[in-house]
Amino acid sequence: MVLSLKELSSEELYAPGHRLCAGCGPSISARMALKGSRGPLVVSNATGCIEVSTTVFPYTAWRVPWVHSLFENAAATATGMEAGFKALTKKGLPNKHIDVIALGGDGGTFDIGLQALSGALERGQDFVYICYDNEAYMNTGIQRSGGTPLGAATTTSPAGKKIPGKQEYKKDLLGICIAHNIKYAATASIGFPNDYITKVRKGIEVEGPAMIHVLAPCPLGWRSEPSNTIKLAKLAVQTTIFPLYEVENGKYKLTMKIKNPIPVEEYLKLQGRFSHLFRPEFKNVLEAIRQGAKERWERILGLCGESS
Amino acid sequence: MVLHTVKKVYYPSKVPPFAPQVVPYQGEGVTVRRQEVVGYNGDEAVALAVKQSKVDVVAAYPITPQTIIVERFSEYVADGEVDTEFVCLESEHSAASASIGASLTGARVFTATASQGLALMHEVLYTASGLRCPIVMAVANRALSAPLNIHNDRSDMMGSRDCGWIQIYAENSQEAYDWTIQAFKIAENTTVQLPVTVNFDGFVISHAMETINTLADEDVTGFLPSRKPIFTIDPEHPVTVGSLFLQEYYFEIKRQQEEALQKSAEVVDQVAKEYCALSGREYGILETCGMEDAEAAILCMGSTAGTARSVMRKMRAEGKKVGLIKLWLYRPFPVEEIISALGNVKALAIMDMALSFGAPVGALCSDIATILQLRGNNLKIFDVIYGLGGRDIRPAEIEGIFNEALSVAQTGIVKESVKYVGVRE
Repeated sequence: MVLSLKELSSEELYAPGHRLCAGCGPSISARMALKGSRGPLVVSNATGCIEVSTTVFPYTAWRVPWVHSLFENAAATATGMEAGFKALTKKGLPNKHIDVIALGGDGGTFDIGLQALSGALERGQDFVYICYDNEAYMNTGIQRSGGTPLGAATTTSPAGKKIPGKQEYKKDLLGICIAHNIKYAATASIGFPNDYITKVRKGIEVEGPAMIHVLAPCPLGWRSEPSNTIKLAKLAVQTTIFPLYEVENGKYKLTMKIKNPIPVEEYLKLQGRFSHLFRPEFKNVLEAIRQGAKERWERILGLCGESS
Repeated sequence: MVLHTVKKVYYPSKVPPFAPQVVPYQGEGVTVRRQEVVGYNGDEAVALAVKQSKVDVVAAYPITPQTIIVERFSEYVADGEVDTEFVCLESEHSAASASIGASLTGARVFTATASQGLALMHEVLYTASGLRCPIVMAVANRALSAPLNIHNDRSDMMGSRDCGWIQIYAENSQEAYDWTIQAFKIAENTTVQLPVTVNFDGFVISHAMETINTLADEDVTGFLPSRKPIFTIDPEHPVTVGSLFLQEYYFEIKRQQEEALQKSAEVVDQVAKEYCALSGREYGILETCGMEDAEAAILCMGSTAGTARSVMRKMRAEGKKVGLIKLWLYRPFPVEEIISALGNVKALAIMDMALSFGAPVGALCSDIATILQLRGNNLKIFDVIYGLGGRDIRPAEIEGIFNEALSVAQTGIVKESVKYVGVRE
């Protein structure tokens, strides 16, 4: 299933005029996600860039019911919404199904919100959790998170004379979610809107929890040109750094085949957060990034029954 | 200033027999509904109250000594006795968060916790009141770690007392049952729209079997119809809830919230009157005993009041003019009612079942000292810290506190402004 342009909601449920940066990937991810909606829906949004910049009182960018409660509880708040609607439906109110979407950044999902997310997945809550991953705590000023990749410089993993940025690989968030045996889980990138929006719709249509992990570049934190946001979102996939795949009822499927991967340097060199890696003394980190991407890609290919 | 209902309890020389089948009510022209007498502990009594209140969503997470509530309730669910969506969350933080999500759909929501669970919920408590979610939460008060202790004191709720929730303290299982039903009506009143905690002492009430009078299901339904929310997260009328309020707006929101909380005392009072007409049991803001002519008195909350009242009987029989004030409502703090209830008393002992580390006195005493100072009242007071980690407070100790208060009343001298009772030193 791929949603055609005609099938997308023509309504702009996510209004322009909010205060997110030019070239903001997460903002694009939110607008696209709502394009995949199939009917009445509510949003539970974790604290983060999207939350603070789209709802500066008395303004709001949301033309759907939207709730922000706290940082780590988007999945738990969504759980309550679903339970509330279910209970009221028994009484005839509301008289139609309402979809529940939870939104959280990588900090709110990989780190502080992981427990609430895991609980909601295990309980089989009927909702879609979308993690918009810009690979650091951008809202508080670019601090490293469990989603920050190896070698990236952030304000708490700076590129120093001895330590070249973050020392650890990115956490395999989707792997953790898949381990809950949920019916639908997928990675996506805002560089490939049809693929992403289709996955959001699939997630909505699944009865039970669905997880979408969408890569959403942040020009401020990645120190990249705002005009390069979509290009970077594509390159992450085309270099095999961020494979696009989905798991439907336990079956893995590669949703974007990459015949001739572009060298990872093409992706890294457009981002200031990786610029230190091109110094000769940190060549080994560059190699480790390359190696890490290769191993992940081959593992995913194997799971999807594809050969390289 | 309007004073709200203050219940006066008399001190008969003999303890009455067990609770009668139909509770007598002295009010004129009121027929109290017939009630069934059952033997329930506090937790079971609350679970029954939640069932009869036709709660839409129960968000549960186990913690001693609250757990029996969610266990009993899950049996009601398993037996098909309720339509409630019963969700077992993976932490108290998430239980409170789910309560917010459910409450915003317009559902009637209940959760329960104690001790560490309440501490883990701390930030969510402020969100629930800030978003004006009329959630009802039972708190079986328990000590906070470290060192670990599962028994009763009120460190948990006292540590979160500024969270913007209406806070009620019940003396026994009967009160825990009655206040839980009333709490929904208070919380969901559209002029209030605030969450309520019904506190009762862990184990002392939560696990102690007592005879309680229970209303018929239809009588509770009559008293407490379905929730009529003023707004919900309805896709046909989208609202944005929990926005970012910067310097220009935040202060006003908090000021409005405070006003709603302060005014909620009127609703507590009104609901208590309606409930009295139904049940025959008088509730209100606070209860006094012997304050008409008392020279010295104790002010306390929760189960301690029962012991204090029985000690009073003995001391009154000996001709000692002692009195008792029991607060039901702790937040909003009933300033006028307390000042009025003090009457001509010359010394007051305040019972704090929680430490406020490093503070001059315990939290309850601090509130009392503040209101006395604000009114230019020179009443002699002293604080009693007692009962930490489930240490029993015994009649002889209460008698000692009354005698100390009488001595302060006679001499006008407070020897110890903070008195630790029941601790080995």
